[in-house]
Amino acid sequence: MYNEKVMDHFMHPRNVGEIENPDGVGQVGNPVCGDIMKIFLRIKDGRIEDIKFKTFGCGAAIATSSMITELVRGKTLDEAMTISNKVVAEALGGLPPQKLHCSNLAADALHAAIEDYKRKRVS
Amino acid sequence: MRRVYLDHAATTAVHPEVLEEMLPYLKEEFGNPSSIYSWGREAKAAVEKARARLAHLLGAHPAEIVFTSGGTESDNFALRGVAAANSQKGNHIITTKIEHHAVLHTAEQLEKEGFRVTYLPVDRDGLVRPEDLEEALTPDTVLVSIMFANNEIGTIEPIAELARIAKSKGVIFHTDAVQAVGNIPIDVKELNVDLLSLSGHKIYGPKGTGALYIRRGTRIEPLLLGGAQERKWRAGTENVPGIVGLGKAAELAEKELPQRMKHLTELRDLLINGVMERIDHVRLNGHRTQRLPGNASFCFEFVEGESLLLNLDLAGIAASSGSACTSGSLEPSHVLMALGIPPEVAHGSLRLTLGRDNTREDVEYVLSVLPDIVARLRAISPLAPGGVKEDV
Repeated sequence: MYNEKVMDHFMHPRNVGEIENPDGVGQVGNPVCGDIMKIFLRIKDGRIEDIKFKTFGCGAAIATSSMITELVRGKTLDEAMTISNKVVAEALGGLPPQKLHCSNLAADALHAAIEDYKRKRVS
Repeated sequence: MRRVYLDHAATTAVHPEVLEEMLPYLKEEFGNPSSIYSWGREAKAAVEKARARLAHLLGAHPAEIVFTSGGTESDNFALRGVAAANSQKGNHIITTKIEHHAVLHTAEQLEKEGFRVTYLPVDRDGLVRPEDLEEALTPDTVLVSIMFANNEIGTIEPIAELARIAKSKGVIFHTDAVQAVGNIPIDVKELNVDLLSLSGHKIYGPKGTGALYIRRGTRIEPLLLGGAQERKWRAGTENVPGIVGLGKAAELAEKELPQRMKHLTELRDLLINGVMERIDHVRLNGHRTQRLPGNASFCFEFVEGESLLLNLDLAGIAASSGSACTSGSLEPSHVLMALGIPPEVAHGSLRLTLGRDNTREDVEYVLSVLPDIVARLRAISPLAPGGVKEDV
């Protein structure tokens, strides 16, 4: 069902947890469909200095969350905004087709966290 | 690594004695039961022996047993056959919200064809309330179809009482007993049901085998038309090895039933009690006592079912879940929804179904690994209370 890379991220997720007083937080998904992803950001000099996640969901949901934290750590916000759900799935070596729609939301959660950071800075 | 199969409600291993009886019919005894020469006569005799064995298990007359390709065909046959044969009398069918899809999707198709279908609710334990059936019956009702025991949560319905209510109004009563046959005692005469579906591979028989019990005199039409097999009730050359296997599985089920029930009930209660003691925020699905001997069904809050299954699989344990991810839809199981369980809780469902080969050690092994798996997933979950702040 899942390839080795997905299973590796699922069983050994990177950067699990929360950041206290984060600079940005993003949450997507809903309990009805069974996937909730929450991403916490620490931003320094326009770059993602630290990123953590918490995810309720299936193997794909957890693996994509883990993968995106590796993809964007150290990146500028503009660079991070270019990361799409598709890029995350490709970085994992692909996901089963039925998972591409329901559980591949990590980039949405990341973008929501970046928007949250930008909103907070303006206010 | 230890491997523990705990998905007997999905399918079972063919019993060695069943396989042994089937083998000659896959080799030298290959005749067509409709042929008049010796090969045919021998095959025919084997089919009739199997029919007698299955009839005996159910307390039926052999002529009331029609072999099919399995539970799904039997359910389709019962619903469509009764609907077609009784459409002059009425166009209303009553079933429940927790039926197997073989019944539900057939009922939905009949709705498209002009039938009106009432889907009875269940209480929080999954039991149909007899008074709800009584209220739903109308002069137009031609069929009541209520499952004997639920495949996901194991709840056993009060079939005798429900059948009595339907029959008192002259309405045909069908029960999908795929999960119940071979696991609890069933006597069709005592229960007064008209139609009963069963499957071979759930009772240590081969896949692709099943039967529909049809009480003599029941108004029903065949589903499959063609040759005169099964006294025209089910056309198509008989699956002789499969039928022989189903017959043997039925004989073994009858012989072993008391031991199987005792063994499975002991293991089930050990499993249920062990899980409830070791893990918090857990819900037992289905009725505590009015349930199949081998069924343990839970919802673990804050975690998702597929993640549980993947972790259990890596620990060598085969189980199933009613989460959206495992049901192939975006919503969790219709059965868990019908119990009134919130969707986010239903996504964390886990079904463990025991079989005759499982041991105490198997259950102890599950109890030794499951709490850590749930704890690990909760540590990742944003829904869990007092979320872990550090890396895990």
